Amino acid sequence: MRYSGFRLIKEALTGHTGWTPVWRDASPQPRYDIVIIGGGGHGLATAYYLAKEFGQKRIAVLEKAWVGGGNVGRNTTIIRSNYLLDGNEPFYEFSLKLWEGLEQDLNYNAMISQRGILNLIHSDAQRDAFIRRGNAMILNGADAELLSVAQIRALYPFLNFDNARFPIKGGLAQHRAGTARHDAVAWGYARGADSCGVDIIQNCEVTGFRIEDGQCRGVETTRGFIAADKVGCAVAGSSGRLMAKAEMRLPIESHVLQAFVSEGLKPVMPGVITFGARHFYCIQSDKGGLVFGGDIDGYNSYAQRGNLDMVEDICEAGMALMPALGRARLLRMWGGIVDMSMDGSPIIDRTHIDGLYFNGGWCYGGFKATPASGYAFAHLLATDSPHPTAAAYRFDRFERAE
Amino acid sequence: MIINHPLLGPRDAVEFTYLGDASLIDRPDWQADSAAQDFYSYLYLRDNPAGEHRELWFHEAGDRSWLVVTRNTVTHEITRVEMARDVARARGRGI
Repeated sequence: MRYSGFRLIKEALTGHTGWTPVWRDASPQPRYDIVIIGGGGHGLATAYYLAKEFGQKRIAVLEKAWVGGGNVGRNTTIIRSNYLLDGNEPFYEFSLKLWEGLEQDLNYNAMISQRGILNLIHSDAQRDAFIRRGNAMILNGADAELLSVAQIRALYPFLNFDNARFPIKGGLAQHRAGTARHDAVAWGYARGADSCGVDIIQNCEVTGFRIEDGQCRGVETTRGFIAADKVGCAVAGSSGRLMAKAEMRLPIESHVLQAFVSEGLKPVMPGVITFGARHFYCIQSDKGGLVFGGDIDGYNSYAQRGNLDMVEDICEAGMALMPALGRARLLRMWGGIVDMSMDGSPIIDRTHIDGLYFNGGWCYGGFKATPASGYAFAHLLATDSPHPTAAAYRFDRFERAE
Repeated sequence: MIINHPLLGPRDAVEFTYLGDASLIDRPDWQADSAAQDFYSYLYLRDNPAGEHRELWFHEAGDRSWLVVTRNTVTHEITRVEMARDVARARGRGI
């Protein structure tokens, strides 16, 4: 069923009786060409692009719980492509371009809002670094603009510009950055993949891999064995646990990252801001809540909740940058598990086991990468070669000391 | 989290910094033929378990001793705290 304004009016006049489920509740078949483990943003995007862009058939997505119930539902919704390095910026800019066309492509409202991001500058050295970053972004086809203090005062008059330790001296803006409704991204990709014939199988946890003579033949699940020619793993927050079932050790530690949202307020924040002196960033959701976060707690954790010292640290940083934050009451706080790779960059690569592919190690930045991660992983699964923008995201970069 | 320091008693985890898996005590032999591969595994690869985890914490804002803390990564419960020095010596290291 295609969604449109006409359809909405028709359903409104006929009692909303014509809506159908957004995707089928599929049962596992005994065999697929490609099985994707993980029904989050990256896994569903991978399945969608495999079917739509790479012409693959007989694809299944296995999700241990429900679609969108993992990290795609726990992040703070920011999309951007303000990276420096050659191995990163083309990939994230490819992702941002996919975001810009995503709603039309999926025929699904993901509430993508290009309200812009502003990285604040607090020292001369930081200005030099951000000018260099902005130039790298422009060279890779992204947009970047250096804003003066006067320009920032017009946008964010409530910031603490004259903080004695961290005065605001400017900012690097990316106007095409912004936010997306994270749950709707998962639902939109699920609907898109389903309409291309992908089986989305929920409540189906992978309990092991069937590996014979160095070849992955399929996966053991709580709903029985499922044979597959190729298996792709995209399970952010569970990468270590899953790949241990294939007796793999990864260059990854899993940590907890906390996030916070205040009570709903009238519109005050025009875009996303990041503090350049401490770990703190803030956006205002469409419901009015100030959504903010900071650094990881810093120890291995699968607990999906953090400790109070990091709450104090993040709130201190927030108060230093925007003292008005202290008048807002905190509504919710939560933690998500992030798979921290050893160099802060992700992995999209084959494993040493034939037919077994891995996508993970997204640290605290996986959400913005969702479209490009899915596209690049689909490219790898379909063609056995890395997508040009993801060619640096290899397992062996650590062993080769690159 | 409260870390029950063997010498100083219960201390808030905020006084400590975290290094990682206690297997980092077992630094490979740099003169071994397999040193390059050994150091790759040692530096980069982790078991990263969900459950009991032995890990190194440094009492930076205290007596600056290294501890081996046994902690559950699913519940954050700490069940054992040892001096890293004792653990290392028991493994024949740090002589």
